Amino acid sequence: MGQHVIKMPDVGEGIAEAELVEWHVKVGDPVNEDMVLAAVMTDKATVEIPSPVEGIVAWLGGEVGEQISVGAPLLKIEVAGDGNTDAAATPRPAEPLAEDEDAPAQPAADTRETSLKEEPDGGGEAQDAPVSARRQPDKTTSPAGKATRDRSLPAQTRKEGDRPLAAPAVRLRAREAGVDLRFVRGSGPAGRITHEDLDLHLDAGARPGTAAARAPDNRVTDFKVVGLRRRIAEKMQVAKSRIPHITYVEEVEMDALEDLRAALNTRKRDDQTRLTLLPFLLLAMVRAIREQPSLNALYDDEAGIVHQHGGVHVGIATQTRNGLVVPVVRHAETLDLWSCAAEIARLAEAGRNGTATREELSGSTITITSLGALGGIATTPVINHPEVAIIGVNKMQVRPVWDGAQFLPAKMMNLSSSFDHRIIDGWDAAVFVQRIKTLLETPASIFIED
Amino acid sequence: MRDIKCQLLVIGAGPGGYVCAIRAGQLGIDTVIVEAEKPGGTCLNVGCIPSKALIHAADEFAKASAFAGGDTPLGIQTGEARIDYPRTLEWKDGIVHRLTNGVSGLLKKAGVKHVDGWARFRDGKTVHVDTATGTQTIEAEQIVIATGSNPVELPGLPFGGDILSSTGALALTEIPKSLAVVGAGYIGLELGTAFAKLGSQVSVLEAMDRILPAYDEELTRPVKKRLEALGVTVLTGVKAERHAKNAGTLSYTNGTQAGTVPADAVLVTVGRAPATEGWGLEELDLTMDGRFIAVDDQCRTSMRGVHAVGDVTGEPMLAHRAMAQGEMVAEIIAGKRRAWDRRCVPAVCFTDPEIVSAGLSPQEAAKTGLDVRTASFPLQANGRAMTIERDDGFVRIVARADNHLVVGVQAAGSQISELASYFAHAIEMGARLEDVAQTIHAHPTLGESFQEAALRTLGHALHI
Repeated sequence: MGQHVIKMPDVGEGIAEAELVEWHVKVGDPVNEDMVLAAVMTDKATVEIPSPVEGIVAWLGGEVGEQISVGAPLLKIEVAGDGNTDAAATPRPAEPLAEDEDAPAQPAADTRETSLKEEPDGGGEAQDAPVSARRQPDKTTSPAGKATRDRSLPAQTRKEGDRPLAAPAVRLRAREAGVDLRFVRGSGPAGRITHEDLDLHLDAGARPGTAAARAPDNRVTDFKVVGLRRRIAEKMQVAKSRIPHITYVEEVEMDALEDLRAALNTRKRDDQTRLTLLPFLLLAMVRAIREQPSLNALYDDEAGIVHQHGGVHVGIATQTRNGLVVPVVRHAETLDLWSCAAEIARLAEAGRNGTATREELSGSTITITSLGALGGIATTPVINHPEVAIIGVNKMQVRPVWDGAQFLPAKMMNLSSSFDHRIIDGWDAAVFVQRIKTLLETPASIFIED
Repeated sequence: MRDIKCQLLVIGAGPGGYVCAIRAGQLGIDTVIVEAEKPGGTCLNVGCIPSKALIHAADEFAKASAFAGGDTPLGIQTGEARIDYPRTLEWKDGIVHRLTNGVSGLLKKAGVKHVDGWARFRDGKTVHVDTATGTQTIEAEQIVIATGSNPVELPGLPFGGDILSSTGALALTEIPKSLAVVGAGYIGLELGTAFAKLGSQVSVLEAMDRILPAYDEELTRPVKKRLEALGVTVLTGVKAERHAKNAGTLSYTNGTQAGTVPADAVLVTVGRAPATEGWGLEELDLTMDGRFIAVDDQCRTSMRGVHAVGDVTGEPMLAHRAMAQGEMVAEIIAGKRRAWDRRCVPAVCFTDPEIVSAGLSPQEAAKTGLDVRTASFPLQANGRAMTIERDDGFVRIVARADNHLVVGVQAAGSQISELASYFAHAIEMGARLEDVAQTIHAHPTLGESFQEAALRTLGHALHI
């Protein structure tokens, strides 16, 4: 870290000083390039001072209303890298130890160091050092008081790689607060981190680009769980607490189905609904259920009876503004591809705008859940109680697939499906999903009657 | 016997173990500590404490002898000095007893259950303890290994009879006429010096080319001088060979020449080794760091739920390091955020004069690539040192050249051990030379030499 010193610019007309009329920043603020830092006024105009660099304000050169000489330091910005005044950032390795300027060991006075220490008049103690805004002006506890703060005092900042310098109590507090002291600026002698520095850091939160802890937000906002949210909560609670879920994830190669879908969509009539993946999946499920009817069932666990249904009523979990609703495609076994697509679209719309009837939102025997484009790699769907199975659709992505000789790009999609393990054995669950996989990978088989 | 289940089991009640258990008890952790001997470990029973008692007794006797001999500038004269050594031992044992009882009391007060016996791991969560009444099984969620260290034996000079470890030397019932000390580390020199003052004819044999090889030569010079003044024979670069019991001699060679020193007894102090045997380490398959159990900055071993503290985890094998580790581990187990971030572990040799080292020596600092400045202040120029008739020694500061941060302090001097914590404090607080220089040091004290050393490093000492 280095410091970039911004000096009062020559605002024209040969004036020697300008009045500081406004600060747009304060110490500790992050600033970007071109951000306005301050406004100064001459007889004729107010001039805004932009920042030439990105960094953090380390020091302000005066109070509003003060006259500041042209060329005097106006403000200092801590920047990544060396800054325009390297004396503060990179202590010279072989600095003479003698405080006494006349000591023979001391080489010719270092003018860079000297100029840095010479602050403008009028600020007194508070302006004496770049970091002094953070320092308690307590002369009794500071051995680096006015008398000893002479020009040959060593650099104040820490070198890269140095361990942060802090008393044990400060280190303990920092550790308990989860603060890495390497990211805390030390205002004390030799860059020592004081309790005040730590307070400041905790108050200000982490600096941009650092990994230190942010200021904790202790706000708690209460919301009453009512309406649809409460229904969802109750339903999820029942499902998760009563049903021992088994979740099975399998990937499906979708190229064939996607080709078919694209071909059908280009040739469709205007009155036909554009095909998504869902109608295909629905029909594949109908086919698979024909072979494994036990998946299409409601389990009344209190009575100890499984109601296995002939009709396939597929609930489609739909996200609405208020929360999750599950409109139901009734008797999917009676629908062809296009009518299935139309029914899904209609129900989804009704679910979303809240016009779905009670009948349309109940009576499902199996459910599909899809997060669409957000779908992720895998999910662990929660069964729509009292059903025994739910099929989750994950996001389709082009992934490399090994064909035995090489990797080929393939449109891959995962199905994450959960089953009620009390009724459905893992084996049957896997057979069911594998069957759907086969149907989707060879989509013609969905439509060919045995 | 009913199995014990607890949250924390500490194996070994030395400084690391007992501090860990006390702190854990204070924090409400259900804690059990197992120890086969008296609580307090090496430190309280056969180490720091009894040796310091013996050193003090020897110092007092040496003073009395000097007074009797009339060779003191103080003008004090007394009759012949005599020592009732059994009574000395009784006094020493009384101190040990008081302290070990104190530790028992503290453990009790903290609600720690104490199991008396030898622990052996069955697995990472279970320990069998051989107690006087049978085998006790203890099952713990967390275990702290604090088994300490043991004196190292030489193959040619196995402990037993007249071949003594430090433990044996402290238990001698009479002062040997002659004593050969093999190994001129701090333990050997501390005890050797004490017996020399008590009247033994002491010879010190060291394989390296100088005494206290762990410390730099400048620091050990005052000790060397004092040993000579006390009439101790110091042989460096020699190898001890064989003890001839009847002749009362110990033979040695230095490669080309052989010789003997008088040795009614032989004290072997060639180091200490971590106690890693006999308690079932092999059941755990822990990652080792050489002879030591490897631990991270939270004293965690490679096995979840198993911690280790103290000598068994590495150098420096010092009681205060173990205590700090033990305290930290208890707090970590209690859920507090802690990690080892200490800047220094001060070390003290209670030789004559005493030696203190905190932080980096000039050589160590140079090795780490630091540009440092060093200056020392001789006790010859310290008023207090003169008034206690001991102006040998010095205080030396090592500070960074760029920001004057004090990174190390070393000192040699009579009673200088009392400044060890002060030096460590300065380093932990991140003191710069100016901080030390600007602190008013009470006059007349030995501590003033620390301030003067700081001033001298800055180029303007006042009293030299």
